[in-house]
Amino acid sequence: MSKILEDLRYADSHEWVKLEGDIATVGITDYAQHALGSIVYVDMPEVGDEVTAGEEFGAVESVKAASDLISPISGEVVEINEALEDSPELVNEDAFENWIMKVKVSDPAEVDALLDAAAYAKICEE
Amino acid sequence: MPHTEEDIRVMLDKIGVNSIDDLYSDVPQEVIFKEEYDIPSAMSEIELRKHFEELGKKNQKLTIFAGGGVYDHYSPATVNHLLQRSEFYTAYTPYQPEISQGTLQYIFEYQTIISELTGMEATNASMYDGATATAEATFMMVASAKKKNRVLLSATLPDRVVNVVKTYAKFHGVDITVIPEKDGITDLDGVKAELEAGDVAGLIVPTPNKYGIIEDYSGYADLLHAAKAYLCINADPSALAVLRTPAEWGADIACGDGQTLGMPLSFGGPYLGYISCAKGMLRKMPGRVVGVTKDADGKRAFVLTLQAREQHIRREKATSNICSNQSLMALYATIYVALMGKQGMKELNVRACDGAHYLHDALIATGKFQPAFPGKPFLKEFVMKTDLDVEVLNKKLLDKGIMGGLNLGNGLVEFAVTEKRTKEEIDNLISLILA
Amino acid sequence: MKYYDNLIFELSRPGRKGYELPANDFGKDAFDNLPADLMRQEAAELPEVSELDVVRHYTNLSMKNFGVDTGFYPLGSCTMKYNPKINEEVAVIPEFTAIHPLQDEKSVQGALELYYNLQKALANIAGLYEFTLNPYAGAHGELTGLMIMRSYHIANGDTKRTKVIVPNSAHGTNPASAMVAGLEVVEVKSKPNGSIDVEDLKPLLDDTVAGIMMTNPNTLGMFETEIMEIAKLVHEAGGLLYYDGANLNPLLGKVRPGDMGFDIMHINLHKTFSTPHGGGGPGSGPVGVTERLAKFLPNPKVKKNEDGTFSIITSGDSLGSISTFLGNFGVMMKAYAYILTLGKENIRNVGPLATLNANYIKESLKDDYLLPIEGVCKHEFVFDGLKDKSTHVTTLNVAKRLLDYGFHAPTIYFPLLFHESMMIEPTETESLETLDEFIDVMHKVAKEARETPEKVIEAPLTTLVRKLDETGAAKNPVLTYRHLLKENEKEAAK
Repeated sequence: MSKILEDLRYADSHEWVKLEGDIATVGITDYAQHALGSIVYVDMPEVGDEVTAGEEFGAVESVKAASDLISPISGEVVEINEALEDSPELVNEDAFENWIMKVKVSDPAEVDALLDAAAYAKICEE
Repeated sequence: MPHTEEDIRVMLDKIGVNSIDDLYSDVPQEVIFKEEYDIPSAMSEIELRKHFEELGKKNQKLTIFAGGGVYDHYSPATVNHLLQRSEFYTAYTPYQPEISQGTLQYIFEYQTIISELTGMEATNASMYDGATATAEATFMMVASAKKKNRVLLSATLPDRVVNVVKTYAKFHGVDITVIPEKDGITDLDGVKAELEAGDVAGLIVPTPNKYGIIEDYSGYADLLHAAKAYLCINADPSALAVLRTPAEWGADIACGDGQTLGMPLSFGGPYLGYISCAKGMLRKMPGRVVGVTKDADGKRAFVLTLQAREQHIRREKATSNICSNQSLMALYATIYVALMGKQGMKELNVRACDGAHYLHDALIATGKFQPAFPGKPFLKEFVMKTDLDVEVLNKKLLDKGIMGGLNLGNGLVEFAVTEKRTKEEIDNLISLILA
Repeated sequence: MKYYDNLIFELSRPGRKGYELPANDFGKDAFDNLPADLMRQEAAELPEVSELDVVRHYTNLSMKNFGVDTGFYPLGSCTMKYNPKINEEVAVIPEFTAIHPLQDEKSVQGALELYYNLQKALANIAGLYEFTLNPYAGAHGELTGLMIMRSYHIANGDTKRTKVIVPNSAHGTNPASAMVAGLEVVEVKSKPNGSIDVEDLKPLLDDTVAGIMMTNPNTLGMFETEIMEIAKLVHEAGGLLYYDGANLNPLLGKVRPGDMGFDIMHINLHKTFSTPHGGGGPGSGPVGVTERLAKFLPNPKVKKNEDGTFSIITSGDSLGSISTFLGNFGVMMKAYAYILTLGKENIRNVGPLATLNANYIKESLKDDYLLPIEGVCKHEFVFDGLKDKSTHVTTLNVAKRLLDYGFHAPTIYFPLLFHESMMIEPTETESLETLDEFIDVMHKVAKEARETPEKVIEAPLTTLVRKLDETGAAKNPVLTYRHLLKENEKEAAK
């Protein structure tokens, strides 16, 4: 059974969001890292890029699978997790600790529209 | 087909049917083909060999003074000999690395050799030909430059390459703008103007170009990078043993045709396409890639890697549909370069260059030819202007077993000289022109 | 024998040579006078080795390889049939290998005749009107075929037809080719036996559909018995049918794709027509079409003139060019030799014997391996792993164990319809004795899986190298000798 944290918001494409002020931290869920297996590469956006809710912002690759990362929110990328460049396996170790990007959100209401932990847990069961 | 009547009986019994036709009982009768095929009757080996020899007689082997992207380089006997090892040519894509180390290792060597020639960080396991490799490089730039959809092609790229890129781009929905040429080279002002206009993912330029000219790309990379666009150089890998490399020009991608690495002319194929790239674009590169790893006992070994990028995983999300490579031609290139080596790759270029200039000067001395682009540096290929009827001249040469320069129209004719052409052959060509 | 583990770069010694060129007697110093800033700044690190070094090195490498000439290669969907040696010999006749693609037409009539005759032969075998031999490989053929499909609709002013229907069991190249051709992929579901669900197809067929891509027999080796109904539905909806020729082998001598209603198809000469796979290529992927689509075929084309001579032409209606010249000519020569060797008589037996071989293996092994779909297959079939699921031995383990016994593994984990897919295609060129040996070994592996599963899970045990660290390779890509030297330095520093 994969881990789901209570205080986060989720997208059905298996990304999580944590909003603090107008900064949203985004990563992939424990369920997603499990499904992918050993992650060998995380393709991250650049600081300053604009991301749009529902659109691709990067990709995660394991040995035999690749999955696009879909941004759950819109805004400007203010920081990326550079540790993942050399050690993508950190995502396997703890998907919630090892976030992928921080975004200055343009519309905080987008976060409210995302799934809560219970609703996301249901999706994972299906 | 080794089956005896008895074998077939045994097998049908095991399957539990009466006849082979029963194995097709699920096929609607209306689609079963009952007529005779309209192809010749079976030939024995003796007849087949004769048939091919007869066909061969309808072709003419010539002394070649033309290029146009395909050059009559010499290929040492050893290459073809080793290529006939059937452990190489009867294998398929190395899906089972434990029993395909031979293929995997030569692809690794190939990747190294092309990376050394281009100066780029990495090279894939090869593409179909230079033109399709350039089309793939176009898509690579569009995929990397987010939200930009236009690629600039220099008019000095070979026309056949431009045509193929245009076909790919038309269907894929990528905009192509051709940058005009000026005095036989890319018009830098044209590039600047298009960058101003925006939406440019990248620019592709050749070295040497379609007229044989070695263009100067100083400043190009900075210009493109400032516009967040990429520079791709389509380069003759044989010439890169001596010419400034795509990496040294600051390019992000190098691509081109590997035919110049000693491959037989073979009426247009099989040749080899290559793509090399800078580190940052590695994961946008199409095709197969081989990497080094270790086996369970810690032994060095080779394996297909970065597979998550590929079409069979990404399916409709792939940016390329390439599935195979030109593996055996990659082996060809590898063995060829291994034999010619560091010194030979330079020496053959020196010889071709000196031979080409010998012909160039001799043509001028006839009084019938002038350089089309005076003062422009060239290696093994160059364009001349003439008042002679090029078509008539080439017919005359053909009768003497010579392929003359390519007729570019408007009195322009393009000659190529490889290391294979001798002084006597060139002198003979000149005397035929004067005759 | 000693294990050989050198790279050509590791044999290199400064100043060693493996070539001879004639003396440079042109009396020119043109090269030395080229502008220095246009020249290479730093020399390429290329090998410096002797001719014998090269010969031994690559001979040793070849012995680390497994090909059809080494042993049985039942790789499903790849049609690894025997590559007749006479084909290799006729393909290196100098009058073909030494001709330039831009030579005067008059001087390449033999080559053009061969291209034209092979094109005609393929059209007859496929039941279509005309072929282009320009595409370089199967996937390249798919792309070309889809470009033809789009060109047809665009020429009809039917620009909104941008969707192509692809079964979810299709080869991975199908959706990827559609994407590259600028088409949107719509998946149609398969029934449990792998054939297209006609009821699921019907609602998809509207006026935005360009066509459907399918193969018959499908990727499970089962004949699509409703093909005529599917063809009728797609045509009535204004779409075209594309046939993926990867599975053509079982139909050779029995069924022609054109007669099943297909409008466009590609053929893999390196599968069905016996040209060698070359370790991944060069292949050749000719594309055939019906008469109404012929004008869209790519440039250049070969035409037969009224006086019996041949010309290279380009046409304005064509979709454009997809290759530099006329494709992988050297490969075409081998396929043409194969067709002439078989002749109209023996070509009849290819499909039936391939089908016989496949069914024989299937019936002989279904006691130990899970056969998800009963019934007669064509040239190939799929097992869903071992029948006994209690052993935890996977399809991957079985595949690797086969290597220990001197066989190539089947195609594994494809099609995606089953979790433990194992796709076996024997081809018609294998004898009963070879098939029996393979069957014995497969039974033996099944027995090992029950009795000593750890042995199978650890396989391969006897190959030159054992299980490889693929994760490490992907995480830290070492793709050239330069990278490798850097890695070695890093390790030494540790």
